[in-house]
Amino acid sequence: MKKAVSLVMCAVFIVCVFAGCGGSGGEKQVVNVYNWGEYIDPVLLDEFEAETGIKVNYKTYESNEQMYSVLRQGGVNYDVVIPSDYMVSRLIDEDMLAELNFDNIPNYALVDDSLKNMTYDPENKYSVPYMWGTVGIIYDPGVVGEVTGWGALFDEANAGQILMFDNSRDAMGIALKYLGYSLNTTDEAELAAAFDLLKKQKPILQGYVMDQIFDKLESGEAAIGPYYAGDYLTMLENNPNLKFCIPEEGTNVFVDAMCILKSAENKENAEAFINFMTGAQVSATNSDFIGYTSPVGDAKALLELDETAEAVRYPSDEVLAHCEAFTNLPQETLDFYDSMWVQLKS
Amino acid sequence: MKKNKCSGKLLMLLTFVFLYLPIAVLIVFSFNDSKSRTVWSGFTLNWYKELFSDRMIIQSLEITLLVSVLASLIAVVVGTFAAIGFFNMKKKWRSPLLTINNIPAVNADIITGVSLSLLFVSAGAVMGFDLGFGTLLIAHISFNIPYVILSVMPKLYQLDPNLSEAAQDLGCTWFQTIYKVILPEIMPGIVNGLLIAFTMSVDDFVISYFTAGSSVQTLSMAIYAMTRRRISPKINAISTLLFAVVLVLLIVVNVRQAQQSKAEEKKQKALRGQRAVSI
Repeated sequence: MKKAVSLVMCAVFIVCVFAGCGGSGGEKQVVNVYNWGEYIDPVLLDEFEAETGIKVNYKTYESNEQMYSVLRQGGVNYDVVIPSDYMVSRLIDEDMLAELNFDNIPNYALVDDSLKNMTYDPENKYSVPYMWGTVGIIYDPGVVGEVTGWGALFDEANAGQILMFDNSRDAMGIALKYLGYSLNTTDEAELAAAFDLLKKQKPILQGYVMDQIFDKLESGEAAIGPYYAGDYLTMLENNPNLKFCIPEEGTNVFVDAMCILKSAENKENAEAFINFMTGAQVSATNSDFIGYTSPVGDAKALLELDETAEAVRYPSDEVLAHCEAFTNLPQETLDFYDSMWVQLKS
Repeated sequence: MKKNKCSGKLLMLLTFVFLYLPIAVLIVFSFNDSKSRTVWSGFTLNWYKELFSDRMIIQSLEITLLVSVLASLIAVVVGTFAAIGFFNMKKKWRSPLLTINNIPAVNADIITGVSLSLLFVSAGAVMGFDLGFGTLLIAHISFNIPYVILSVMPKLYQLDPNLSEAAQDLGCTWFQTIYKVILPEIMPGIVNGLLIAFTMSVDDFVISYFTAGSSVQTLSMAIYAMTRRRISPKINAISTLLFAVVLVLLIVVNVRQAQQSKAEEKKQKALRGQRAVSI
């Protein structure tokens, strides 16, 4: 009796535990999407499901590097991922992305030509742009005066008021641009000069931040810091004193692009998803929710932007001519970034 | 002496402020009319409305609650029986086994998380499954069980060792002994274990992060992923709701306990009275 009951208990336990593992063989059409946090208007997921009958499993990450490590770790089966430019080229280099079948993505024709065949995907075989934008300086002219270039972030007169990106790629990018070098340089002397500049900058910083910058600039706790153009508009709502500038030395243009992994089990559904997200109305709705710029030209007309918003989201071609996108760096340079960042932060 | 009392009260007040001020701020800003976490711009219930139309947050909340409820229930059943088993072992075996049981409880989450993830990934490669809800649930059960055992064990030590013998003398089968005598006696420990396991599960980020795979996401993971853009006040709203639910639950449990102990006291008194009369 005793044994029988304990056997039954064991059986129940094992069944309970493994019940969750099965079920993946179901007939239902799904697509597994892995995107940045707070980076889609959730209404669109419902719309996509209603339109196509494909269920979206949606998960989020907080940085390109985190997404990469999850993909590398294995045991996961995402179909669509939406990394930034340099991470797209890294995934291409490491043969992790599948070539897209553009017959299934007719909306690709709507994407601005200037965003096709970008350096990270020169033949544009693997990616479709999702959102793009620039990095600029957000500042309070009442405290730090008018700002036109990166120099203001390294100016001792602004000591204690300055915020800086809390990730190595963006922080180094700013230092390199200020010195007049390329964001993607692999030259050791240039990298060392940029690192020196960051070391000198550290004592006059208020801190290295990511999303805390919203609170610090809105409340006036800090007066100047670099961040993404679209996010400036959100800060402006809470602190009308803030201004935005794209530094004259040029800056980083980022493109977050939709890609399909080689290991994807639902490639056609994934293409349907990418196609849906590239529709003019959908992309406009999404851009309105996120605040970044849609790669679809027709979306601009659908958004009723005021003058400030338009200037921030759609910089002129002359401005863009100075800008650069990140590309993947060789391992040696990445190692330099890692060790330099650890030294800087400790 | 009086002064001492005063400063004691002040200290208590400060402790409560320290404990509850963050929650108060969180609740206040769930009603703020802008996304800011520092600038107050008016009262609104919008975040609560948006919360219920945001399927990502609702879905991750569902996953969190489902996995926490299932994991804590299963862990409570397994853990209680394990504790009874440990308790009836010879001491020679009991102490080392209890120590082994304690290790996962004091082990760093990150180690548990990574090792479970490695196990699931390699087992999955052999047996053909991916990380998902199943692996998440197993992980939660496995880190919950030690806490259940830890909270049930003391109740077993308090148990009168003659009780189960007496029950069996009076004709209980072993199952009836457990079901009718032991379980009711150790129930407070079981409920405690259940509550601890449930909160550990809701709380957990690190282990879930490594074991959840591609199709499920818990609330804490969803919140963490928001840090590039800014954590939405919808999170304040949902935290406020969770806090309110837990508060109500705690009040109900406490009131019930107070009522029960009062009823118990009355019964005892009545019994003593009867005995006195019969003597």
